[in-house]
Formats: sequence, C-alpha cells, structure tokens
Amino acid sequence: MNETTQLSGLLPVLPEIALAIGAMLMLMLGVAIGERSARLVNGVSILILIGIALLIGWLPAGRQVLFNGSFIVDDFARFLKLLALAGTAGALLLSLDYLKVEQQQKFEYGALFLLSTLGMLMLISANDLIALYLGLELMSLALYVVAASNRDNLKSTEAGLKYFVLGALSSGMLLYGASLVYGFTGTVSFAGIAKVAAQGGVGLIFGLVFLFVGFCFKISAVPFHMWTPDVYEGAPTPVTAFFAAAPKVAGMAMFVRTTIVAFPGITHEWQQIIVFVAIASMALGSFAAIGQRNFKRLMAYSSIGHMGFALIGLAAGTAEGVQGVLVYMAIYVAMTLGTFAVILSMRRQGKLVENIGDLAGLARTHPTMAFFLGVLLFSLAGIPPLAGFFAKFYVFLAAINAGLYALAVIGVVTSVVGAYYYLAIVKIIYFDEAAEGFQRMPASVRLVLAISGLANLLFFVYPGPLLNAATAAAKSLF
Amino acid sequence: MNWPILSVVTFLPLVGALFIVLVRGEDRFGKGTARWVALWTTLVTFAVSLIMLWHFDPSTAEFQFVEKHPWLGVASYHLGVDGISLPFVILTTALMPICILASWTAIQRRVKEYMIAFLVLETLMVGTFSSLDLVLFYLFFEGGLIPMFLIIGIWGGPRRVYASFKFFLYTLLGSVLMLLAIMAMYWQSGTTDIAVLLRHGFPVGMQKWVWFAFFASFAVKMPMWPVHTWLPDAHVEAPTAGSVILAAILLKMGGYGFLRFSLPMFPTASHDFAPLIFTLSVIAIVYTSLVALMQEDLKKLIAYSSVAHMGFVTMGIFAATAQGVGGGIFQMISHGIVSAALFLCVGVVYDRMHTREIAAYGGLVNRMPLYAAVFMVFTLANVALPGTSGFIGEFLTLIGTFKINITVATFATLGTILSAAYALWLYRRMIFGALEKSSLAGIMDLGWRELVIFAPLVALTILLGVAPKPVLDVSAASVTQLLDRYNHAIAAANSPGSSFRGAREASEPGIQGYSHLSLDSGSGPAGRPGMTTDQEVAQINKTAGIAR
Repeated sequence: MNETTQLSGLLPVLPEIALAIGAMLMLMLGVAIGERSARLVNGVSILILIGIALLIGWLPAGRQVLFNGSFIVDDFARFLKLLALAGTAGALLLSLDYLKVEQQQKFEYGALFLLSTLGMLMLISANDLIALYLGLELMSLALYVVAASNRDNLKSTEAGLKYFVLGALSSGMLLYGASLVYGFTGTVSFAGIAKVAAQGGVGLIFGLVFLFVGFCFKISAVPFHMWTPDVYEGAPTPVTAFFAAAPKVAGMAMFVRTTIVAFPGITHEWQQIIVFVAIASMALGSFAAIGQRNFKRLMAYSSIGHMGFALIGLAAGTAEGVQGVLVYMAIYVAMTLGTFAVILSMRRQGKLVENIGDLAGLARTHPTMAFFLGVLLFSLAGIPPLAGFFAKFYVFLAAINAGLYALAVIGVVTSVVGAYYYLAIVKIIYFDEAAEGFQRMPASVRLVLAISGLANLLFFVYPGPLLNAATAAAKSLF
Repeated sequence: MNWPILSVVTFLPLVGALFIVLVRGEDRFGKGTARWVALWTTLVTFAVSLIMLWHFDPSTAEFQFVEKHPWLGVASYHLGVDGISLPFVILTTALMPICILASWTAIQRRVKEYMIAFLVLETLMVGTFSSLDLVLFYLFFEGGLIPMFLIIGIWGGPRRVYASFKFFLYTLLGSVLMLLAIMAMYWQSGTTDIAVLLRHGFPVGMQKWVWFAFFASFAVKMPMWPVHTWLPDAHVEAPTAGSVILAAILLKMGGYGFLRFSLPMFPTASHDFAPLIFTLSVIAIVYTSLVALMQEDLKKLIAYSSVAHMGFVTMGIFAATAQGVGGGIFQMISHGIVSAALFLCVGVVYDRMHTREIAAYGGLVNRMPLYAAVFMVFTLANVALPGTSGFIGEFLTLIGTFKINITVATFATLGTILSAAYALWLYRRMIFGALEKSSLAGIMDLGWRELVIFAPLVALTILLGVAPKPVLDVSAASVTQLLDRYNHAIAAANSPGSSFRGAREASEPGIQGYSHLSLDSGSGPAGRPGMTTDQEVAQINKTAGIAR
C-alpha cells in the first residue's frame, strides 16, 4: 500500500489519469463555449489521444502492479493500449468531416470517445474482476450513448437502445459469473483465482462460462453476436468504425488476460468453449456475409468472422497463440479503419450511400480509392502478401503447434468461403461498369485510408517491429 | 556474382510496374508508354536471367545465387536456384516479353492496369520458382492469384466473372491446406528453410498427411484429373496473354511443387501414393484427350489437351526414375513453349474474327500460308512428333514409367494416339479445305509483330526437339541428387533391420543444419532437436515393429 501513497508510485497509471483529466477538460470546454466548440473538442481529443500514446511509450518498460494488485502495466497492456488508442484516434479522425457535413456537431462526441477509451485502458490493465468490471462499464456506457448520438434518427436511437439492453444483459451475466468465481475461489484477483482454479470444480467452471458469455458479447463472437449487424448498420458510420476497432481490442484484451492469467489450471475446460466459439464465429461470419447488400452490415459479419479467427490463437492457449491474437488484432484494426474510410467516402449528392452495389466500377471513377479498397479486401480475405495473411498465419501456426488440427482445417476452409464475399466486392469495383462517381474524399478520411492501405500492402516488407512487440507482449502474460 | 542477381530478376518487373503507375493518362501516349515500359522491363529481366544462366554451374546440385536475410521470426528471405528451378525461371522471363507483345493491339482498354498486372505477376512467378523458404514460397505462390484473378476478370470474355471466381476459390482451397502442412512441418523440424528441409527426414506417419495437403494444392494447380474443371473455364475467358501465362507457367507451379516438395521431402508417402498418381494421370491422359476431341471451342480444346499433357508430367515425376523426372521437367518446359504458342495461334485468329468456334474457320491455308505453317509446327509438337520438343518429354516420361509400371505406361502410350487424333483433326478443320466462309475472305496473314512473337517459339520447339541436351544437362545433377536421396529413404523405410541406421544417416546432415539454425533463432522452437530425433526413433521403431 505504501507505494501508492507516494505520488511517484502513481507513475504507471499516469496515462489513465491524464486521459481522465483530458476528457473532463473537454467536457468543461464544451459546456463553457457551447455547441460552437465541437470542432475544437474533437480536434483536441485526437491530440490528447496521440499525447497519451506518446506518454505510454515514454513511461519506463517492465511490469508494474498497482492498487493492491488490481491494476497491472506490462508489455501486453502497453501493446493493446497503443492499439486501442490508435483505433480511437483513427475513428475520431474519420468523424471530423462526417460530423461537419451531417451537421451533427456535438462536443459530447469527442468527450465520450475519450471516456470510452479511458474505460478501455483500464480494462486492458485490469488484474482482478472488480477492476475489469469497472473498466468494462465505463467503456460500454460511453459506447451506448455514442451509438445513439444521432438522436433524431430512428435507426441510430434503435441501435443505441438495442446495444444498451443487450449490453446490460451481458454485463449482468458477466457479473453473475464473476460472483460465482468469487464464491468458489474466495478471491477476485486473477493470481488468486489461478491458485484455486488449478483444483477445478463444477462451480468454478459454471462461473467461467458466464464470464465467457460477457466476453463473447463484447467482442461479438457467436452465439452472442446478434446485436452486431443492427448496431453496425444503425449507428452513425464513424461510430460504427469506432465500434469495429477499439472496443474489440479492449474486449479481446480482457478475454485473453482473464483466460490465460486466471484460469491456467483448467485449460482443457475453457479450450473446448473457445474452440466452439471460434468455429461458430468463423462459419457464421463467412456464410452470413455472403447475402449482405449493405456494406456496414457486411462489415459486421466480417468482424464476427475475424473475431473467430483471432480466438483460434487464444484456443491454442500458448505464448505463440497470444502473440497470434495480438498480431491479428493490430492488423484487424488497420484493415477495419481503412475499409470504413471508404464507406465514409461513398457520398453522392451530399448523402452517404451504403450499398455495396453503389461501388460499381469504382476503379474507373476513383482509381486510387479502388486500389486501396482492393488491397484492404484482399487483406481481409487473408491473401498473401498482404497483412491479413500474416494475421491468419500466426494464429494458425499456434493452433497447429497446440495440436488443434480440426480447428485449423475448419478455419482455413471458412477463410476460403469468406474470400468469396470479399472477392464479390472486388468484382463490383473492378469488373463492373462504372456507376456515378462519389464526391471528393475529405482530406482526413484520405489520410486514414492511405495509412491503413499502405500498412496492409507493405507490411511484409518490414514486419519486424510489430512481430517483436507482439512477442514481447505475449511473453509478459506467461 | 557479387550482386543479388536473383533478387534483381525477381523484383525488376515490380520496378517497371511502379514506373507505369507514374504514367498519367489513358490517351494514346499513356497507353504507348505503358506498353513500351512493360516490354523493356521484361526484356531487361530476360537478359539478366540469361546472365544468370551463363553463370550457372550445372555440375553441382547445390543451390546457386543464394541470398538469405532475416525476415519474419519464423521464415527468412531466402532465394536460390538449382537445376530444377532454373529452367522455370528462364521459361517465365522468356515468355513475358512475348505476352506483352501479344497484347500490344489486342488490349485497348485499361492498358496501364493490364501491364501492371502482368509485371506484378512476373515478379510473383519468378519468386515462386526461386524461393528457398516455405513461407516465402507460399507468399509468392498464393500472391499470384490476385493479378491473375484481375486479368481474367477485367480483360476476359463474357463469362469472365464466373471463370475468375472459380479459378481463385479452387486454387485457394487447395493451397490453404498446404499452408497448414507447412506449419506442421515447421513445428516438426524447426525451420521453413527448403534447403534444410530437403535433408530432413520427416516421420513416416506424418509424411502421409503432409503429402496429402501438398497434393491438394499442386493437384489443383497442375491440374490433375478430377480437380481440373477450373482450367477450361479460366482459359476460355482469359485474354490471350492470360491463357499463355496460365498454361505455360502457372500450371508448372504444380509440377514444380511436386518435384521440390512432395518427392524429396516425403519420399515414403510419394512412394506409397504413386499408384494413386499413376491412376489419376492415366485417366487425365485418356479421358481429357477424349473430351478434347469433342470440343467446339478452340481454347477449350487446347485447355483439355494441357490437362492431358500434364498427366505425362505427374506420371513421370512419381515414377521416380532418372528418365521419368528428367522427362517430366523437360515436358513441362516443352509444354510451356508449345501450349503458349498454341494459345497465341488462337489469339491470332481471334483478334481477326473475334470468335473461337472451330466451325467458324476452315481453309485458312488459302489466305494465311505463314500462319498455317506456324500452326502446323505447334500442332505436331503437341502431338509429340519426333523432331519436336514435345516428343522428347513424352518419350522420356513413358520410358521412365515403363520401368516402374507397364500397365500405366501402356495406357499412357495409347493416350498419345488420342492426342494425335484431336490435334490433327483440329488442324484439318481449321486450316485445310476450301475457303468457303465469306467472313474469312478478307482475313490477313501474320504481320511482322506476330512473326517476331512466333519466330523464337518455332526455333525453340524444333531446337529442343533435335538437341534436348542443354535443358536436360542443366537439371541432371539436381535430378540425380533428388533421386539418390529418394531411393535411399525408400530403401531405409523398406528394410526394417537397417532402417534405423539408414534413417539416421539420411537425416544426419539435416540435424546438423538444424542445430546450427536453432542457435541463431534462439526463441521459437528451440530445444526441439532432441524431440525431433526422439520422434523419429519412435516412429522408426514402430515401423520396424510392424514389419516384424
């Protein structure tokens, strides 16, 4: 306890503190200046996120545990925090122009993004069940509100309400699971649970299952994925981009840390569950996406599938597997943000269009945009030499080493099925006759698309930094 | 060589593609620039690859022009060629300028993108043949799907969408299983370095599964009989140059894969499954020849004949005799030239008449004597007439197979009669007879550009038919080494008493090479060598026990 009483002992948690202060400052700024401040608030929020990321990089490396063991900063946390910050900053960058054109300028928007990110950072660093729940709720509550941020739009409010009701249900399940785990182990700290969990027991596994329900809901893995397509479609598009990127990272972080750190003794039990969830997500993500006409809905199914692939790494339960999950999430964020940048540029006569058919002949009207979208789609499909291939490569590598051959075979076969619908979009943009062009892409959206497109295209040239960081991060959990 | 010649050959086309990206405009100037840049890039690449051929030492089976740099944690950037891969590299670089020339006037739409797609494809193809790392190989092998998908889909015929999807998904499904096998091999051996894996004896039980996974990929690519159905569709819809690349080079990746991986790395499995390959090959030779007889579409006919000719290749490779394997390589090179030329011949009349229906032609010899002569050379080479390159390949594979399995060889020999039937009948229907169709009255003979395209192909077809030694010599040392190791492994597996010692001897260099590697890699599968040998010993004991 002594360490936290001294101010310098709080140094590892400085990014979170700074972010909380930043979020509140933005709120005060908004209240003081009013609606006019919206642009300023959103812009400054991006700067705050970048500043926090720099801060995380600047703080000393190593493993620090605070607040009586409930908060941990290690390489794993640092990696995922940077990723979540990148995801949020990207989504916020995508929002700037959208909010202006749609006349949705609200200062709460940027502040809520920051608060939600704060929740994510806490979630990623959570080292016991209470800290986990605190972070999760802070993240989710902010998300419910931004989903409904276009409050005069029926679909947006529906999305917000749906997300809230189902999210609350899943939080309840998670809490129930947490209480069962506490009841059977007598502790909420992950390390403490790990000691008792080695002995197994039905009650503990019961609790574990309920915990998993909550986790699966947050990363929208089958069978708790139902909300995803509706919320993705209904929420304002930049918010959807945000949902698809950052919260998934945080959700996956809590899934991996809890499973690996708190339940190492009963690997066999949770492995079955994760194998099932992974297979179901991959299969549903691949097959259900085929019939979609709306790009945002398609991305919802696509993200369900991708979560399935990422879970393969967790199912392996090894350091290589966790490394695979981390690489997967990093590349997934890059692919997703880029694709949403394209969706946000599908604007005709001042209105956003969302159907895949509207992209017809994009290669003729907007060759550069079509090229980057093509790169992203092949990357999403996992075709080498694009980044998406390496994402899948590392999780499958871990699965093979763990002897999960059936899972790996099912995984690659569903990836071929999934390739079909990505190809179908490539077909529309490259093979079909050109439709009417879109309006000029805003500079901020262009920037996001260029960065993520180039990252996906050129990842294979210099993969070292990401791979090394992921390896170090994965090692810190074991 | 103090400069990385292999990397230059591999990535020079990519540099050319980047140049074309910088060219602005879709007007006459833009199109012309794109064409000339592409042509010069491919010509320079070809020239550099000839320098490589000049410096190649055919007396050794070692990999040459080797480059190695760390890349992924698992894999390294490792390039090199030996006598088996060099002919394919040269074939690729030689055919590319011809493809560019063949598309000179035929492609008028989106010329820039077309040339970029071809140049990127060349990089990926050369990379496939020259990579010495499994992951790198897979990267190039699979990456080739993207440009080919676009080539078929954008510049193809009326059913291009169907054909391009079928091509992509079929080949992808085969390849992903190979990817899993590559991973399993990595965990078992601790490396993805092909040069090391060639000496690494995999446990017999594992070989079967891994062999099947590789088979799934290469059989589709090749294509072998039941999984060949994507090929006629892809060929028919692809533009002429696309068909040329598909038939001449992409199909060879399957054969190359069998030679590079299946045979040397999984010898016992290859030996055990050889009857399966023989059966499928003979069915391919006889059945697809019969199917070819019935085709109404020129390109489809040649596509089916390709499947039949690839049947000889697989048969020869898995006969695992010096003649069979050498003949398989030769047959692939020869087919690369002949089928490319045949598709170009189809392109010539298609450019003029815009139909590929055989019935639409007839009596062409009256208006196009030069064309008739050129077409005859390649038809006869396709039939494997002595004096053409086609003969050498088929003859050698058949001799090689006769030593191993007379029934198979007999049926395959009968198949050559069928190939004569469809090819000569096609020639008669198209070229001979009176020029009756009024639409053909104004058809023009070959122009200078087309003559430039065909001249080297005609020369090569006849030259290799009369003097096949250069190609056979280049690959001889590598083939001998491959078969030595293969026979050694089979002998070791078949004699239970000596199996233990034999396997140890066979895998000793591999263990040495590996232990050296594990010192470098540090993390990852360190500490595995002991496990590997333990597994091997257990496996060998098991087989020995079964044999007793």
